[in-house]
Parts: sequence; C-alpha cells; structure tokens
Amino acid sequence: MEQATTASYKKTPLNSRHRSSGAKMVPFGGWEMPLEYSSIAEEHMAVRTSAGLFDVSHMGEIEIAGKDALAAVQAVSANDASRLQVGQAQYSVLLTPQGTIIDDLLVSRLAAAHFLLVVNAGNIQKDYAWIAGHIAAAGDAVAVDASSRYALLALQGPRALEILQPLTDVDLAAMKYYRFAHGEVASVRATVSRTGYTGEDGFEIFVPPPSADRAWQAILQTGRSAGVIPCGLGARDTLRLEAGMRLYGNDIDETTTPLEADLGWTIGWRKDDFIGAAALREQKAAGVRRKIAGFEMIDPGIARHGHDVYIGGTDAAPVGKVTSGTQTPYLKKAIGMAYLPVEHATPGAQFDVDIRGRRARARVVPMPFYKRKA
Amino acid sequence: MTYPAGFRYTKDHEWVDPSGDRARVGITDYAQRQLGDVVYIELPDVGATLKKGQSFGTIESVKAVSELYAPLSGEVVEVNTALKNKPEVVNADPHGSWMIVLKPADAAEAGTLLDATQYADLTR
Repeated sequence: MEQATTASYKKTPLNSRHRSSGAKMVPFGGWEMPLEYSSIAEEHMAVRTSAGLFDVSHMGEIEIAGKDALAAVQAVSANDASRLQVGQAQYSVLLTPQGTIIDDLLVSRLAAAHFLLVVNAGNIQKDYAWIAGHIAAAGDAVAVDASSRYALLALQGPRALEILQPLTDVDLAAMKYYRFAHGEVASVRATVSRTGYTGEDGFEIFVPPPSADRAWQAILQTGRSAGVIPCGLGARDTLRLEAGMRLYGNDIDETTTPLEADLGWTIGWRKDDFIGAAALREQKAAGVRRKIAGFEMIDPGIARHGHDVYIGGTDAAPVGKVTSGTQTPYLKKAIGMAYLPVEHATPGAQFDVDIRGRRARARVVPMPFYKRKA
Repeated sequence: MTYPAGFRYTKDHEWVDPSGDRARVGITDYAQRQLGDVVYIELPDVGATLKKGQSFGTIESVKAVSELYAPLSGEVVEVNTALKNKPEVVNADPHGSWMIVLKPADAAEAGTLLDATQYADLTR
C-alpha cells in the first residue's frame, strides 16, 4: 500500500500529528486518514483490554434547526426522533423512496428543535443535498453542513471512563449509553457522547478543530499508564466487524434495505410517514428474499468483501456476496458478513465462499461475534 | 532494519538465501511492514515446480492479501508448515521465517537478483 502524499485529499486537524507520530496514512472517503499507528492487531487488542483513541474527524455533521426541526428529521430519518429527549442519541438510516439505504447515521437531539446528524465521511455531500431538498415540505427548518465546525475524537475501551474523567467536568459515570453532555475536555469546549463503533464502552468527543490536538495529546498523556494508544481506521474496521456493526459502502448501500440488512430495529414503524416507509412496509409484509448473516470460516482462508457465495455444487450460480470479512485479532477467527437467501441465513447453515478460485466452507453464526461483558 | 548480506532480493520483496543446491525463500522486512499483521499464509505442496515470477502462494494480513512470487525457477523441496499455525512470526522475524526451500533449476539465477545494498536502496 502506498503512502498517500497528494494534496487532493482532505485533512483533519490532526493530520500533521498523525504523520509526525509515524501513522501509516491512506485515502478514505476523500480524506487522508491514519490506517494504523503500531499495528491493527495491537490497536484492536488495546481497545478490547484497555482503551484506544481514534481521530474520526472525517465524519460529517449536519445540523437541522428551526421551529419544525423535529418534523424535518422525522421525514428524512427512518428512526423515531420524537422518542429522543434532549441529550439523547439514536442510530438511524436515511432511505430512498424505494427503501434502500442512502446512509446510516447517529441522530442527536441538541435542543427541542435542534438536531445533530453524524454521517459517513464519503456521504456528506450526498446526504446534505438530499436532506436539504426534502425538509422544506416539513415546514420551518433548515439544514446546515456543519462538518468543518467539528473535530471528532473517539476514546473507546473498558478503561475509557477512568481515563477521560480526570480531564472533564462532565459526570461520565452518570451518563447512560447513547446520551451526551456539553462541557470541557482538557480545558477545551467539548460535547461528550457515550457512543462508539467498536463494541466497547467509550465516548465520542466533539471539539472545535483548532483545539483537537490539545484534546488528543491530553487524553494520550493522561491515559498512558492505563494503556491507551492512538488507533487508526484499520482497527476501527476490525473492531466494528467483531461487534457486528454494518459499514456503509460494504454491508449496506443504495441496493440494500434495512430489513435485508437486519436493521429493522432502526425503523420507527409507528410514526407517521417518512421517506421509504411505504416500500419498507410492503417488503415487511411480503417478507425479504435475502438477509445479511454473520459467518465464520470452517475451512482455512479468509473471506473478503466481494467474494461470491455458493450453496450446492460447483456448477451452481452464486447466491450472494460477502460484504465484509477479515481475520479478527481478538477472536482469532476468520469472520464476516454476507447476504444470503433468507432460508439459509440462520445460524448453523453452511455455505461456500469462492476465495480467489478456491471453495472454502463457512457457517452462519449469530451476530454480534463479540459482545462485551456488561 | 538491515538486510542480510548473503541473501538475494526481488523487486516483489521476496528474499532468497542460496546454500549449495538449495535456496530458502521468504519475504523481506519491508514487505511485512507494508502488509501489517500477517494472519494467514497459503503455501504450495512439496514437489511443485515453479517458474521465476510465478505465484507460489498467498499471504494475508488483517487488511490485505498479497501474492507470493517465486524469485527463482525450480522445484519446491520443502515447505515451512509451521507458518500455517504461527503466521505472525513473519512479522517478528521476516528474514528468519522461510516459507519454501527451492531446488533451483539454474544455479546461476540467484546471482541475477538484487544484493542487499541494491535492495535497501530500492526500499529507501
């Protein structure tokens, strides 16, 4: 893999810090991001056993505000935002009228009529254009692409709370999952959210971009004795996969619906109309034909994104594709996700993956692959 | 990292350690650093005949898959099956982790590969 050096990629406020710390940089979603600092496996294990610090400032932030902001969010986001109290966040999806997934996101209620949507880096422009074009009908609300106003750090792992607490006035132990609060981190104005993408306890910390390096350095220094290390996107991907979380562009996209992706729980079925609702209700009534399933390899080999899935003999046509797959550092197994015919997407069912011309057997297992101890 | 002076190297980042009518083959420190954590290695069977530049297996890290290319033409006379269960030793000791032993078809071919100085320049 080549070291990316071109100026055409966007850089987070921590870019020079990553480079001077020896991180291996790669292009991702239009950004130049750290892939790994030490090694993916080492960073993965740090998050499972202690803590890891990620720069996820490439993520996009879209704010929706105005008298009718709730109605606007309800129209474009499939989950039921009326259930959010101020200070609470929920996972959701943006859907096409056909019910396929434009993006997955976190919706936070900053105030009664003010919402923050955290979206995937590669989808910021697409999401913003789509949201701005669809909220007018909801009444008095505006959408703003506020991505440049935020740097975002993620401190993840079982020791995240004890590392962060001495640096902040926010009472972290009192904060429930999927809640957030405003305060300071290392004397930097911050919003601290008890959320993440690793399957561990942890916090996502929004700070003004000019202060990102100060917060980053303070967390690494304070947490050093507890074992915190800086982590890159490589470990973020293996951690989220072990935790059974979908990755936009791999496991979900505009060809897949939340029902096929087993994300039906993100849908606010009881709320009024939202974009994609009719198509989803129709699919739910008819039943899906294919569904995402977690799997582990039985035969040697690692199934990867894009590999074809077969059921039956060598002359059979492929029935699906692997959407994510790797050898995970913590479980030390080759695992993945694939879309399978729904009758085969049940734990115990076996199928074959074509790994570069060789058929290797895999078994459907329940997701998540890894679940932290409560 | 220094590259052993007695080894020969390819632009594809394999090393060859010629000794008598045998040559051990592995991947370089540069290659293992580019790959990251090695988690899986697929190697040929003893008896396979390889042409220089032909793929003789694959090596996978957490993030990527790479082909292994034969640095010399010859017959595979030994395979390091211990790497199957402990592929991570390639990261820890790349120049000590041989993958196959070749019986080169042409004893002079190794001399056409890069020496340690040339290889170090290539990867600088």
